[in-house]
Amino acid sequence: MLETRYRAARALPLATLPRPAASGASVSVRPAGAESRFSLRARLGGGAPTLAGLPLDAPINTVGTDGEVWIARLGPDEWLVGGPEADADLLQGRIHEALAGLPHALVDVSHRNVGIDVSGRQAAAVFNAGCPLDLSETAFPPGSATRTLLGKAEIVLIRAAAAPLYRVECWRSFSTYVHGFLNEAVFGAEGAVAP
Amino acid sequence: MLLIACPHCGKRPETEFRCGGQAHIARPADPMTVDDGAWSEHLFVRANPKGVHAERWCHVHGCGRWFNALRDTISDRFIETYPMGAKPTQFPQSETRA
Ligand SMILES: [Zn+2]
Repeated sequence: MLETRYRAARALPLATLPRPAASGASVSVRPAGAESRFSLRARLGGGAPTLAGLPLDAPINTVGTDGEVWIARLGPDEWLVGGPEADADLLQGRIHEALAGLPHALVDVSHRNVGIDVSGRQAAAVFNAGCPLDLSETAFPPGSATRTLLGKAEIVLIRAAAAPLYRVECWRSFSTYVHGFLNEAVFGAEGAVAP
Repeated sequence: MLLIACPHCGKRPETEFRCGGQAHIARPADPMTVDDGAWSEHLFVRANPKGVHAERWCHVHGCGRWFNALRDTISDRFIETYPMGAKPTQFPQSETRA
């Protein structure tokens, strides 16, 4: 009886919005589905461990992906690791395996983070409505990832591939603000799409 | 827009940073031997110069790391940024225009 009342199903904060996705001719904003994510802190020292074939000692503010797992290095001793939702336990085991013998802190932040995908020709212009970073091809090429600000909210901005597709990772409680901000920016960039 | 050169991330917008006050203040090695006057001097009294000032800054909405910076308090120009534990390479004059 009890277990039918307490479901373990996960409710995404942006899933119940009346208009979850805003899209126009040159840009679209779409909340991502559930994923697993981990915050990893470790001092590499001289070592260069790899995870999913990706080196952890890649330059700061870069992201690597093998198609499923992505690893963004946010600072000298900090990484954000993402992967499919069903692989959370598997991924956790692989990280512990890769860092065996090295003191590290691994925190599951799958439910703390919310992902929003912004794609299209005008994607960079949409971010620049609230993020003063230089997002040109030379300053923020494919493979870049960094923590930054969008309006008043802290986000992690990830550009894994060459396509104009950006992933915003923000904290759950900021997600409606960030999503609304991006939709407003789409309205500004397109001029015709209601936010 | 004011850009600040984080030693890890390069030039980034000012809004990503937070200032942590005067840099290079050494905590007395044995606080028990320091009298009240010297201790309050250590805790509260800062240089507050009109001109070049060494400060601690944190790239809080970026890599999250602390670093040091030489900033001119008159022009708000960042003359140099350098890692924690390091010394600045230059000691320029203030940009005061008399
Ligand atoms: Zn930084």
